[in-house]
Amino acid sequence: MRTTLDNYLGIHAQALTIEAKRNELLAANLANVDTPNYKARDIDFKAALSAASGNSAANGSSSLSLQQGNASLKATSATPTTGTENSGDASLMRYRVPMAPSLDGNTVDEQLEQSAFAENSVRYQATLTFLNNALRGLMTAITGS
Amino acid sequence: MSSFKIFEIAGSGMSAQSVRLNTVASNLANADSVSGDPNTVYQAKHPVFQAVMGSGAGLNAASASVSVTGIAQSRAAPEMRYDPGNPLADAQGNVYAPNVNVVEEMADMISASRSYQNNVEVLNTTRDMMLQTLKLGS
Repeated sequence: MRTTLDNYLGIHAQALTIEAKRNELLAANLANVDTPNYKARDIDFKAALSAASGNSAANGSSSLSLQQGNASLKATSATPTTGTENSGDASLMRYRVPMAPSLDGNTVDEQLEQSAFAENSVRYQATLTFLNNALRGLMTAITGS
Repeated sequence: MSSFKIFEIAGSGMSAQSVRLNTVASNLANADSVSGDPNTVYQAKHPVFQAVMGSGAGLNAASASVSVTGIAQSRAAPEMRYDPGNPLADAQGNVYAPNVNVVEEMADMISASRSYQNNVEVLNTTRDMMLQTLKLGS
């Protein structure tokens, strides 16, 4: 159920949720860096965001470029992902392809995960900034000062 | 707020790595604890890590914390040394030193402490991000 406020905040509210989930996944990878047979996982961010905003496309609120991205993804993927309200689709998770195989079956590349975590944190903070500005604009409109 | 799970995950990683550091300290401290009986001599200890997959469906199952399922004892044979002057020596004048590989333990220690630092960094970043999220709109 999307409200007017959801439309006002646009894609950023959903992006924030997915970025938080991705951070959780990367934290799990980093915590299991020494666990035998652990397979590193990540989220296909573009697909996740498309799936999350796919059910809101009917509202016509999401940006044009995003809808285009959605269309191209459906064209290439064999099994199109169905968008759910809380973007909790397991098919969006991917196993990482290891660059160097290790003897204990662990596929976590510490440096790769660290850089992915740093990148995702910056993305999260960027989304927060967008949301903050949107909310501040709303407050200015409400209070009139 | 789903980010709370990250504290749990990173916390489990830190606790697992500190168990590993504990065993390294124990192994290094006992590297020279010789014994006159090869069956009672100290054996190197190593923790066994296992991933605990999160419950629930979809991305809610994304979390995977670490648990230490047990402490394995090294099955390598103890090192026999001829040391007749040692009061612990057996009838043949031999003592048995633990099967602790000091170089391996030092490398293990560095690996454990780096992994611990990694988890601390994840924790710090997540905390900062959550505090910023709490201040949203102010």
